[in-house]
Amino acid sequence: MLRLEDRIFTNLYGFDDSGLKGAQARGDWSNTKDLIQKGRDWIIDEVKKSELRGRGGAGFPTGLKWSFMPKETDGRPSYIVVNADESEPGTCKDRDILRNDPHKLIEGTLLAAVAMNAHAGYIYVRGEFYNEAMRLEAAIAEAYDAGLLGKNACGSGYDFDLYVHRGAGAYICGEETALIESLEGKKGQPRLKPPFPAGAGLYGCPTTVNNVETIAVVPTILRRGGDWFAGLGRPKNTGSKLFCLQGHVNKPCNVEEEMGISLKELLEKHAGGVRGGWDNLLAVIPGGSSVPVIPKDVCDDILMDFDSLRAAQTGLGTAAVIVMDKSTDIIEAICRLSHFYAHESCGQCTPCREGCGWMHRVMQRMVRGQATVEEIDVLWDVTKQVEGHTICALGDAAAWPVQGLIRHFRPEMEKRISEYRKAAKAA
Amino acid sequence: MSANGHGQNIESSEAFEFSAENLEKAQKLIAKYPEGRQASAIMPLLDLAQRQNDNWLPRAAMDKVAEICGVSPIRVYEVATFYTMYNKKPVGKWFLQLCRTTPCWLRGCEDLKSVIKEKLGIDHGETTSDGLFSLLEVECLGACVNAPVVQVNDDYYEDLDREKLIALLEALQKGEQPPFGSMSGRQCSAPEGMEAPASDDR
Repeated sequence: MLRLEDRIFTNLYGFDDSGLKGAQARGDWSNTKDLIQKGRDWIIDEVKKSELRGRGGAGFPTGLKWSFMPKETDGRPSYIVVNADESEPGTCKDRDILRNDPHKLIEGTLLAAVAMNAHAGYIYVRGEFYNEAMRLEAAIAEAYDAGLLGKNACGSGYDFDLYVHRGAGAYICGEETALIESLEGKKGQPRLKPPFPAGAGLYGCPTTVNNVETIAVVPTILRRGGDWFAGLGRPKNTGSKLFCLQGHVNKPCNVEEEMGISLKELLEKHAGGVRGGWDNLLAVIPGGSSVPVIPKDVCDDILMDFDSLRAAQTGLGTAAVIVMDKSTDIIEAICRLSHFYAHESCGQCTPCREGCGWMHRVMQRMVRGQATVEEIDVLWDVTKQVEGHTICALGDAAAWPVQGLIRHFRPEMEKRISEYRKAAKAA
Repeated sequence: MSANGHGQNIESSEAFEFSAENLEKAQKLIAKYPEGRQASAIMPLLDLAQRQNDNWLPRAAMDKVAEICGVSPIRVYEVATFYTMYNKKPVGKWFLQLCRTTPCWLRGCEDLKSVIKEKLGIDHGETTSDGLFSLLEVECLGACVNAPVVQVNDDYYEDLDREKLIALLEALQKGEQPPFGSMSGRQCSAPEGMEAPASDDR
């Protein structure tokens, strides 16, 4: 359970002023100049010490990622890019940072830029977040006016320019190389790696792409120390995390909690519990649409962090907790996700382009029960042919929800099929 | 592919010119990117053109963007047809985007769909005959703890149910746009009933 004084996002809900004055009153921008002047190695070391792992879904160690950026420039500029293309179904945490605590993100971007020797940065905001992008633009303008950004940012001697780039409705642009393509004014189709962005990213220059939440926690980590952050949560799964609690809970909400909290405590303490009580729970998708669903018996004592969820054959992903009670048609719940991936596949790799559409069509028949039991095995095989055979992880993300369904709810699928047959015979 | 299910025909039209004010804005947008990287401004300029042109993009507007960015028109057509937010045909004054993905479905987006069908008589991809409303069923809008959600032009209306959506549509029909955000009156993504904390509690 996170103590009040350990919370990072103190204006998550926007009860307080999101502007510069409010942010400064909450401690943002207080000694940024000193932090910058401690230098790049110190910043990276503190972030490494904190054991912060990326909050966008993959959970890669942030300090390590930053250390991949070139130490000496070969003449090419370096870029920091913030991924605010929040589109993973279930996920709506970065939106709160953009609209209610934008200065945490802006200050974090400056400090991260120092750590990677970048003098320009872009924040890529999903196109639908128009009002959130306007709030962010206003906050950036305030920061420029106050001398916190631009030439000699915060009086530190470091120059840094920050720009907002709005997307236009494409989930795939959350993939870092697709995002870079999109920033360059192209279709958002992921690039083959290597080269990785730290070697050749935006405009062929060294680039690091980080999630909004990852960047926004950095100033607090640097102020309070990497050890403080590492003291929260569990080893290798440290810190606090924003969770999006939704679906069949009594009081859906976003909340910051300590990593490693139990799912049951998380839902009961903050979201008013499962509709109809814990025993009315059917299943939970614990980390956004891309991670496999887990049934109630797994939910009973699971802890909410990267490694615990991974051990249960699912994942923390973006920490979007989608709760489904016993009234849910679980096959349709997953079928809708299959529709999502079929819609959002960029069309570049054949297994994903064709496979996502195919999986969705079969899933639609599974919802009606208009299939054979053997087709469940065929469906499983196809998910395995898509998984791991594409340039980016969208193929995996499309395969996993279906695999989770078959792994845990195969009897339900078979029952649907036999009921359909009975009804067909009777007719 | 974003191409799935969206009208991909690019409609021709009369010539398109940016207004003087928007030309100035366009220059500011281009200046966000390094020298020689004006192509990065294709997306923001398409957005600017669409806002000037009643929320849709005729071919002439795409050609104008290509000219300003110094790229061949096909580069802009590629971008305009890849991303779902560029409307390739005219849409109603109130452009309704109803989220259909699982989190909104769990909270009743199908009810909202039937309200729109009953009240306005339109389905996915259709526009009312008076040109007032268009409906698009869209994928996750990213406001899932405030589901179900309908986006009206730029604004999110959240925590909706049948009655609240009916009230919203009736207001829009009269040309009045109510304040956006949570329709249940809660503060952003805070749990229902939470009051502003005392200042020392923040």
